[in-house]
Amino acid sequence: MSRSLNFSVSDTINAFITTIPEVSYEDGPLSGTTVAIKDNISTRGVETTCASKILKGYIPPYDAHVVTLLKEAGAAIVGKTNMDEFGMGTTTENSAFGPTLNPCDPARVPGGSSGGSAAAVAAGYCDMALGSDTGGSIRCPAAFCGIVGLKPTYGRVSRYGLIAYANSLEQIGPMAKDVTGVSRLFSVIAGHDKRDSTSVDRPYTHTPDPSIKGLKIGLPSEFFGEGVDPKVAESVRNAVNTLERAGAEAVPCSMPSMSHALAAYYVICTSEASSNLARFDGVRYGPGGDLRKSWHEEFSDRRQERFGKEVRRRIILGTFSLAAGYFGRYYQKAQTARQMVRDDFNRLFKDVDLVAGPTMPSIAFRLKEKSDPLQMYLSDILTVPANLAGVPAISVPCAKVDGMPVGLQLIGRHFEDEKVIDAAFAYEQEAA
Amino acid sequence: MEHDDVIIGLEIHCQLNTKSKLFCGCSTDFRDDEPNTHTCPVCLGLPGSMPVVNKKVIEFAMRVAKALNCTVLKECDFSRKNYFYPDLNKAYQITQYDRPLAEWGKLMIEGEDGERDIRITRIHVEEDPGRSVHMGTTDRGKYTLVDYNRAGIPLIEIVTEPDLRSPKEARRFLNKLRATLEYLNVFDSEKEGSLRVDANISLKGSGRVEVKNISSYKGVEKALTFEITRQRNVIRRGQVVARETRHFVEARGVTTSSRSKEEENDYRYFPEPDLMPMQVADWVEGIILPELPDARRERFMQQYGCSLEHARTLTGGLKLAEFYEEVAKTDAGLAATWTADYLLGELNYRDFSIDAMPAEHFKELITLLKADTITDKSGVEILRTILDQVKNGEKPEMPAAIVNRLGLAKTGGDEITGMVREVIAENPQPVADYHAGKGPALNFLVGQVMKKCRGRADPGHLNALLREELDKMQGGA
Amino acid sequence: MVLSEDVRKIAKLADVGVDDGELEEFTSQCSDILTYFEMLDALPQGAGIDRGLVNIFREDEVTESLSQKEALSNAAETEDGYFKAPRVM
Repeated sequence: MSRSLNFSVSDTINAFITTIPEVSYEDGPLSGTTVAIKDNISTRGVETTCASKILKGYIPPYDAHVVTLLKEAGAAIVGKTNMDEFGMGTTTENSAFGPTLNPCDPARVPGGSSGGSAAAVAAGYCDMALGSDTGGSIRCPAAFCGIVGLKPTYGRVSRYGLIAYANSLEQIGPMAKDVTGVSRLFSVIAGHDKRDSTSVDRPYTHTPDPSIKGLKIGLPSEFFGEGVDPKVAESVRNAVNTLERAGAEAVPCSMPSMSHALAAYYVICTSEASSNLARFDGVRYGPGGDLRKSWHEEFSDRRQERFGKEVRRRIILGTFSLAAGYFGRYYQKAQTARQMVRDDFNRLFKDVDLVAGPTMPSIAFRLKEKSDPLQMYLSDILTVPANLAGVPAISVPCAKVDGMPVGLQLIGRHFEDEKVIDAAFAYEQEAA
Repeated sequence: MEHDDVIIGLEIHCQLNTKSKLFCGCSTDFRDDEPNTHTCPVCLGLPGSMPVVNKKVIEFAMRVAKALNCTVLKECDFSRKNYFYPDLNKAYQITQYDRPLAEWGKLMIEGEDGERDIRITRIHVEEDPGRSVHMGTTDRGKYTLVDYNRAGIPLIEIVTEPDLRSPKEARRFLNKLRATLEYLNVFDSEKEGSLRVDANISLKGSGRVEVKNISSYKGVEKALTFEITRQRNVIRRGQVVARETRHFVEARGVTTSSRSKEEENDYRYFPEPDLMPMQVADWVEGIILPELPDARRERFMQQYGCSLEHARTLTGGLKLAEFYEEVAKTDAGLAATWTADYLLGELNYRDFSIDAMPAEHFKELITLLKADTITDKSGVEILRTILDQVKNGEKPEMPAAIVNRLGLAKTGGDEITGMVREVIAENPQPVADYHAGKGPALNFLVGQVMKKCRGRADPGHLNALLREELDKMQGGA
Repeated sequence: MVLSEDVRKIAKLADVGVDDGELEEFTSQCSDILTYFEMLDALPQGAGIDRGLVNIFREDEVTESLSQKEALSNAAETEDGYFKAPRVM
């Protein structure tokens, strides 16, 4: 049975790029649940911009697989959320449509790149949201805005329709106020899609279970060391103590591969991005240009005008990292570093069930605080390992520091998203 | 054209004959349709779309690999080749780079000095880009129109070692390859643009030139012949042959220097992250190859008694070979001669394929010839009549009907003997010349009889008849 | 680590414009970042990572294509059913 609801919010924090004022929805497990969708996920008939001028006016003629699943589950899709352009950023300041503000403190960023989704949920504009996570883009804004966000095991959620930034690293994932909400949304979107050759056949049909007695949690020294705000580190240690009260056992450990993880991440994601973004030529979609110029000239000018600085910077870095005449060897070497991260996790997971630490090294930055690109990249250090290894990772809010939320990150084995969710749920229950 | 110093290697792209494209389900049958009517988010390169490999393409490619004696790699994968061009809508082509499907095979051809193996370096699978049409004439008024119906069509790329020694060998290689692909049922050679060739050619000790954009078999021989002459002229003038990429202009039969910066292009290859690796080497054992051209050639010689030359010609294309086997049911020998030595020539002249000649019509023609009802000359006339009717879009007549309509039946025994005697009576001087030992007089007399019967007699037969009559006279005189 | 000349060349290869005003800033930022990446040089060339899955295929079946109208729906300029693009020099 088809029903509809009216969606109108006073979006003072610029969470949305597009809203859908009248939404129809069907019966199903999510019937009537309001869900916002990050604007890099294709929605048929609804403008999809990736927060970029180069896709202004682009209306996909097809739905992403997850959107089809949401519609079949009865979700009410209320709008497309703001993000860092093409997923490139940690603050949602790199949007062509202005930054999103953190509902906890509008002078601060909501995190990125799924900042709009996180802020919309945190501000209560909608029940749930979809984000995408390439190097922390779901977990970071979840941590900064004080909500729950999951990056699933690579391959568990179809990427068909996700406008690619770094194909080998990213996943679409659920974001909600609590673990139960995340779990409900995950159960709708997880599962095999034959249109995505990297998709695995692992549906999610779990209900969060807080019994974690005997669960072993590893705390890598690298997650609590240099570069991490001591107050943040302390809140997260306290959160781990809470988990111990619930029956878990925490042990110290080490991940030496962390030293190369960030470099590996940025080489791989910029390389893949430089190739993925080459298709934006304004011929088949996007605003048109000047046909009187020659192909390369027009292409180049159009892209300069319509890609933001961060996007162009990453395209250039990625091109350097693949070019035979320059640093072409970096892409392969980055894969070596990547394998080292995987090996480290495999080694740790022989002794522990989960790895824990802060999601981000600090609380949300002030707007315009991080102006140096490299400084910005360094703040991803705690989130990128899970993307490099393809393992599931969740951020659950655990404390406040200087009035701003702090996220506890829990990382699990491949395909043990259920265990990760259980531990996050256990924390929520115990801390309540 | 062949000297010891010519070194040629070929890179051949063939469209594989699957129903759907390489990475999506769009139909490959696009040639008669409007532009951009066979596309989807995947082959249109829309953001968020993802490729999924068509299993049949890999099966077809493996058939080719097996037929060419290649080794299939234990694991192979796809890579991205990154460059910008309007017809390449993702701005990268999904191809195979450092881990192709198969390597190191061979194909035997008829070389300058007998049969020789041409080595195959590698075989890999890749997608075809779309099609650009360059428009406009004035400098500011030029633009490009793009049709993506062809984007995503599966291609197989076959690369040879530089083992070819002449343009003729190159053409023979291509013909053999084409026939092999037809026999494997993976390729339709009649589809426009289904085969494209790039050639690498150098004279020993001199720079290597790449010639691109050759899209016909005849074009290959022309392009290479032109190149060799051009390069020899450069050397003769005391200059150095530049290492470069040149374009073949089919209409003018020349190669021109390519203005593109392709040699500067860094393709930044890396493995396609949206596709998983393939481990298909164990499929090879299960692939049953059909009878291939060389085996069929041997069989034609054994089974039908064809000469090597005829067998080679008749097995040169799948449809041709099948045509021959059908018409050989009447008389294998006559069918071989008439197909290889007469029909093919007439077809080539009209730019027709073997489809233009209905097998039933041809069989009747052979039957008539076998029964000696018509002369060879009449046989040719019948062939031409049928083909011209086909060309005009008419339903072709059966040979017997043509014989009746045009009065082509061979002049019978009594009628001919009568005419022979008439000619002898009407030409006393040539008769006397013949009796005086002047041989050519006989040819003159044969000609006179042929005139009388309007060609409806066999010259050899007439020759014998006249001799008989003339000698009888001699004896009697 | 890299000069503005290199950044220009790479920007050209990537068909991404960088104007003169930005060039110096981009060059110094890219230099810093590429210097950071240099730590990867100490690692050996790997065999690549285990992708987890192999032989993911689909059957050779024809599925419905977009209509010409849908295919062209987002194009700024079209002509007679074709996409219109600037000419290649």
